[in-house]
Amino acid sequence: MSNKMHIKLKVNGKDEEFLADPRELLIYTLRERLNITGPHIGCETSHCGACTVTIDGKSVKACTMFVAQASGKEITTIEGIGGPDDLHPLQTAFKEHHGLQCGYCTPGMITRAAKLLEENPNPTEEEIRFGMAGNICRCTGYQNIIKSIQAAAAEMNAAKEAAE
Amino acid sequence: MKDEVTREDRVANLKGLGCSRKRVEDARFTQGKGNYVDDIKLDGMLFGDFVRSPYAHARIKSIDTAAALEVPGVLAVLTAADLEPLGLHWMPTLAGDKQMVLADGKVLFQGQEVAFVVAEDRYAAADGIEAVEVDYEELPVIVNPFEALKSDVVLREDLVAEDGSIPPGAHGPRKHHNHIFTWEAGDKGPTDEVIANAEVVAEESMYYHRTHPCPLETCGCVASMDKVNGKLTLWGTFQAPHAIRTIVSLISGIEEHNIRVISPDIGGGFGNKVGAYPGYVCSVVASIVTGKPVKWIEDRMDNLMTTAFARDYHMTGQISATKEGKITGLKCHVTADHGGFDACADPTKFPAGFMNICTGSYDIPTAYLEVDGVYTNKAPGGVSYRCSFRVTEAVYFIERMIEVLAIKLNMDAAELRRINFIRKEQFPYTAALGWEYDSGDYHTAWDKALKAVDYDGLRAEQAQRVEDFKAGKTRKLMGIGLSFFTEIVGAGPVKNCDILGLGMFDSCEIRIHPTGSAIARLGTISQGQGHATTFAQILASEIGLPADSITIEEGDTDTAPYGLGTYGSRSTPVAGAATAMAGRKIRAKAQMIAAYLLEVHDNDVEFDVDRFVVKGAPEKFKTMKEIAFAAYNQAIPGIEPGLEAVSYYDPPNMTYPFGAYICVMDIDVDTGVPEIRRFYALDDCGTRINPMIIEGQVHGGLTEALAVALGQEIAYDDMGNVKTGTLMDFFLPTAWEVPNYETDFTVTPSPHHPIGAKGVGESPHVGGVPCFSNAVQDAFRPFGNTHTNMPHDHWRIWRTANELGLHD
Repeated sequence: MSNKMHIKLKVNGKDEEFLADPRELLIYTLRERLNITGPHIGCETSHCGACTVTIDGKSVKACTMFVAQASGKEITTIEGIGGPDDLHPLQTAFKEHHGLQCGYCTPGMITRAAKLLEENPNPTEEEIRFGMAGNICRCTGYQNIIKSIQAAAAEMNAAKEAAE
Repeated sequence: MKDEVTREDRVANLKGLGCSRKRVEDARFTQGKGNYVDDIKLDGMLFGDFVRSPYAHARIKSIDTAAALEVPGVLAVLTAADLEPLGLHWMPTLAGDKQMVLADGKVLFQGQEVAFVVAEDRYAAADGIEAVEVDYEELPVIVNPFEALKSDVVLREDLVAEDGSIPPGAHGPRKHHNHIFTWEAGDKGPTDEVIANAEVVAEESMYYHRTHPCPLETCGCVASMDKVNGKLTLWGTFQAPHAIRTIVSLISGIEEHNIRVISPDIGGGFGNKVGAYPGYVCSVVASIVTGKPVKWIEDRMDNLMTTAFARDYHMTGQISATKEGKITGLKCHVTADHGGFDACADPTKFPAGFMNICTGSYDIPTAYLEVDGVYTNKAPGGVSYRCSFRVTEAVYFIERMIEVLAIKLNMDAAELRRINFIRKEQFPYTAALGWEYDSGDYHTAWDKALKAVDYDGLRAEQAQRVEDFKAGKTRKLMGIGLSFFTEIVGAGPVKNCDILGLGMFDSCEIRIHPTGSAIARLGTISQGQGHATTFAQILASEIGLPADSITIEEGDTDTAPYGLGTYGSRSTPVAGAATAMAGRKIRAKAQMIAAYLLEVHDNDVEFDVDRFVVKGAPEKFKTMKEIAFAAYNQAIPGIEPGLEAVSYYDPPNMTYPFGAYICVMDIDVDTGVPEIRRFYALDDCGTRINPMIIEGQVHGGLTEALAVALGQEIAYDDMGNVKTGTLMDFFLPTAWEVPNYETDFTVTPSPHHPIGAKGVGESPHVGGVPCFSNAVQDAFRPFGNTHTNMPHDHWRIWRTANELGLHD
């Protein structure tokens, strides 16, 4: 008898349904089963944040969550945040302000930052530093990441104001 | 209305040298479309992983793989016995030693590779690893190099002759069975004499602790042997793909043309990805054995415990001076802990790297350096973590010795540096330990830095703080960290730099397309430095086509010209020079084509931004775009069709970037927490290609310096257990711990580099570590501190305060 579990997920707006071992980690589901390779693996211990995704409105590190724990939930990865035809302001700002170098932390970093700006559209530098402390970058020293997030926040707020 | 295109517009359109061009790499990275090695998925691909030793030193009595082979999904288990018939159970290291691929009778460090389990996926491989039974017999463990040199315990029986004698190693005679080499530079006798007769001598011993480059992406590869065509393709996190191809060919016997090595996007390297690791060899063998592609990816613990530690230098120094502070001599001895195998990634003739740059930025007439390499039961490696070969160690040593001497002389450390700097007019300057510094203007940089931070004001504030502390008004001390560094990068001239016999030149090949765009391929490989952006800028200025019309490609050995890769800040000094030189070949041919088209003599046209113009008649010109098309559609007498060039550049000398860093720090003596109030970094990397990217490199290098100085270490207990095997224990700073940095620059072009550039990626790490450390030490100077060892984590800072009686 199989001990596989019946999993249902909605990933970047698309319904997914499959059988998985109870021990299957969400990050492998995304990367290997669903070929969503934006989220990366950096530490397997929830420290680095390269695997950050959004699950039902919360930032989650996919390397330490079983896919079974995510069953029934909605997941957004970097691929669901913006693409070539609909770039998220953070994606534009990270390029504009040199907020990345090797790019390995970037998907998790932007996914987390998008969530942070939803929670707090006008963060201070200190709030950004605290809110991003779960995502490690080895290349940039964070200074330009902070700058990118501030620029995206300003851009998003201006767009919101213009729309109102 | 007339839209006149000015010369300035034409220059701006190129986005060439000096332009903060936005990076072309970023579109894919920001959208999650990077292509890193673990993103590679091939039909039928298997996954390999290691059984690793829990012991730091043990004999292997037996390995039983039977149960593992019964585990569902497990296809094969390789041990040294399986590799031995192929001659692959050991492999050469980059340092002239050899290293076990899989444990051959014993293990020498915790985490050492014992067996390789090949399975259908990672989970099955992990199950297989659990089922492999290894019977170990524990042996005495040595984790201290000084003990190793006294111990009867032989770590490397393979390096002792049958009669018990010690044959010489790759770098000369060995003094003891656990000794690897002695390497010397400078003059011992004269240095001893100068120091013995000096007016003032300062001495200090310091330990530059073991740490690890720890890029966010670990090492890994995918090996795919196509048995039909006899071709091996190897994707991997390789900082030197061509060198890996040659090594794989040499050890496997597969001819080099049948091996294609590809470095895809690399998630940071910092030196970790220079070496050749057992995982690469085992993946290749497993692919040959199974006939299927095999992937191997380290997890973080594998990475921190086994591949590529950095530093671990025990340094003792003497520095002599006149009473006025003029330095007369310097002596340095290093006991270097290399772990179980000597796998340091250094040019062959430099077993201690460029440690002999340890006279720093100072005009020191007499010096002597001696380095003893030693085996211990620790992981092999000894890579250059964000620095040229052992330059962080050298710069840390001299920048600490200067501070210690300043204390002895009761002198201001900034002034002591100033009166000893090599003067501008002394360049090119031959240092006492042999290097010829190409260029520098240290006084200008230092004065600019001191003025920028109001150095005198800071010292006055610090003196007041000490008074306030003594009066019980504050519990925070203030430290001012100074550092002035000279790097030696761009290895290197083939006459003295090679790795495994491969000269350390680099290369660039350019093809101009008929419609005036281009592709250039290089022997280097970006790991975040932005080569696709900056090399196109070098080329844009050289050949007059816009950077946006130039594709840069690296990392595929089937298409790129041979090069030695990216590390030691060598890409701009060596491959950047090759790029400029190849561009000049393009330009030379373009000049002939332009002259033909303009019906004048070759010498009657001259290059102007993006075109050739007839001298004295600027209205007569041909743009590079027009020339490119003509190269493909005109039959020009005496000129071959097409417009391509290749350059292999052997640099005449290293380049010597330098910089002045100042850190202002407040330290809470009761918690040991340092707070970085200000960090000013002035870098001189010669000609600046892309200021935005330079600044980004400086921020990143300083942050890695902060990590190393303030907490990051690979620590072992007495049993050889790694105590820092995850990111729980191994310190990587987050946004919360890192300050904002102020960057500044001067420009002293390299006189021998085609565009005057020197390299910058590693300078901030090299100069940053002593700057952060000096700030901590300086805070305690008024209370009698001369030196404490890094890393200055909260506990050690607290302990320093405690030992100085500041908690009484």
